[in-house]
Amino acid sequence: MKSPSIVMLRRNFKHIARNPTTVFNAVLMPVVVMLMFVYVFGDAFSVGVDYATPGLLLLAVCYGLGSVAVSVNSDVTKGIINRFKVMDVPRSAVLTGHVIASVLTNMLAVAAIVGVAFALGFSPSASLLDWLGVVGLVVLLSFAAGWLTIAMGLAAKSPETAGLASLPLVMLPFFSSAISPTDKMGPGVREFAEYQPFTPIIETLRGLLNGAPSAGDVIPALAWCVGFALVGYLWASSTFKKRA
Amino acid sequence: MTDFAITASDLRKAYKDKVVLDGIDLNVRAGTVFSLLGPNGAGKTTTVNVLTTLSKADGGTIHVAGYDVATEAKAVRAAIGVTGQFAAVDELLTGQENLQLMVDLNQLSAGAGKRMVAELLERFELVDSAQKPASTYSGGMRRKLDLAMTLVGNPRIIFLDEPTTGLDPRSRRTMWSIIRELVAGGVTIFLTTQYLDEADQLADRIAVLDQGRLVAEGTPDELKRQIPGTHVRLRFSTAEELDAAARILPDSTRDDEALTLRVPSDGGTKAVRALLDRLGEYSLDAEGFSVHTPDLDDVFLALTGHTTKALTGHMTDALTGHTTEVVAK
Repeated sequence: MKSPSIVMLRRNFKHIARNPTTVFNAVLMPVVVMLMFVYVFGDAFSVGVDYATPGLLLLAVCYGLGSVAVSVNSDVTKGIINRFKVMDVPRSAVLTGHVIASVLTNMLAVAAIVGVAFALGFSPSASLLDWLGVVGLVVLLSFAAGWLTIAMGLAAKSPETAGLASLPLVMLPFFSSAISPTDKMGPGVREFAEYQPFTPIIETLRGLLNGAPSAGDVIPALAWCVGFALVGYLWASSTFKKRA
Repeated sequence: MTDFAITASDLRKAYKDKVVLDGIDLNVRAGTVFSLLGPNGAGKTTTVNVLTTLSKADGGTIHVAGYDVATEAKAVRAAIGVTGQFAAVDELLTGQENLQLMVDLNQLSAGAGKRMVAELLERFELVDSAQKPASTYSGGMRRKLDLAMTLVGNPRIIFLDEPTTGLDPRSRRTMWSIIRELVAGGVTIFLTTQYLDEADQLADRIAVLDQGRLVAEGTPDELKRQIPGTHVRLRFSTAEELDAAARILPDSTRDDEALTLRVPSDGGTKAVRALLDRLGEYSLDAEGFSVHTPDLDDVFLALTGHTTKALTGHMTDALTGHTTEVVAK
């Protein structure tokens, strides 16, 4: 006897194993972006690996999600979800499989970024507890963004639109404090960057890695994550139920 | 409880303000094949979705396997198997893995599951491709795999939504013989199709669905009595020739406007040769000659007074019919 969630998760892992380019993309792209900002732009940008790493952790999470939306959507459009629905598989199992697979892929990309960062001379002053905080927040973000992406994947009409739906998640980090401090941005963009959800999350990660997180960032960061997760979960569940 | 596997009364369903099912009653006896016949857009898939708990009806009561679909969905799902209109197989998994997935989700024990997978692969002639991903399968193989996956749960009632649409004639025959085997094993089949011959071949009872309403129901023979049978159509160039031909072929029906004569015939070479010989005896030549087998279009014309074209507004393969025209020299 195997729990349906485990069966589903194993199915998702098989998908990833059969289609390794998606993981390759999810891991490679953030690393390439990192090398670009730290090496290629180098002095012209002079943010340095210590500044860039927190934002790139977030980028690593977001990059992996595009393929999640597409894979959820093809489950819907190819009728497999309907097959599971008439089989009395617990409704949560199908989506839980996708969420867990997505979080684990994300962690692979995050680990790669951290590894490359250290290789480039990243020297955080975080304590063990701070590191736990970093891991916790990244997992929470990955989980929250995962649910939101799954909801988008379920709601999209076709795999193409599903891929497109996740684009904002990939774009948002660039309009945040990920790569450059918001006070150096132009008017309009600056206000947007300061108030968009990713900025407090990045600032919290940055604070934790410097060993000095500020409550002013931590609280909105957690609030955004919990909010995303809740909205994503409810949206995904209701779409899952409705869409036949 | 009853010997009905499926009962539905006054089934209603609308999407926004478009009425899809407009008060349908269905009674399907256990162990029989029931076919819902209709063109694209008639509401066949919606009916299947509602009966299989995939979507909720706006009104009416449905019992499947004795359970109320609205309140006992779990029990209904445990009793049924559904093969949808598009083969719902996992393309990234192999045929064997697809079946194993169903075994795991049905919570079968490892030994029983293994036997079941091997047996189904054998029965559906998928042994050779069992280790290949389903994405490499042909349309017919996918349908077979899909149906095999449905059978893993040992359902007593199976819903097949257009199981042969888009299949080549050979795969279609294979699918038909599989369906017959299932019925022989005591399974109840609810089959939707847009092919009259398919319903005729397989079904014990046929219901004709048109714009969300049942316009006819009965055994295939009862239904066929209401529609014109196979006939030969002769087209003449002049009214005089039509007159002469009508005189020598007393069973025929004439259409003066189109200058055609409809002669009942089984369409076989023997009957056609006899007919042509008879025309030859009287030195009559038809300008056009066609053999016409009744198709869904004829059923609709006979039962509703309109063709399926008016219904859907676009061509479907059901409308292509089986008419072959041979222009006489």
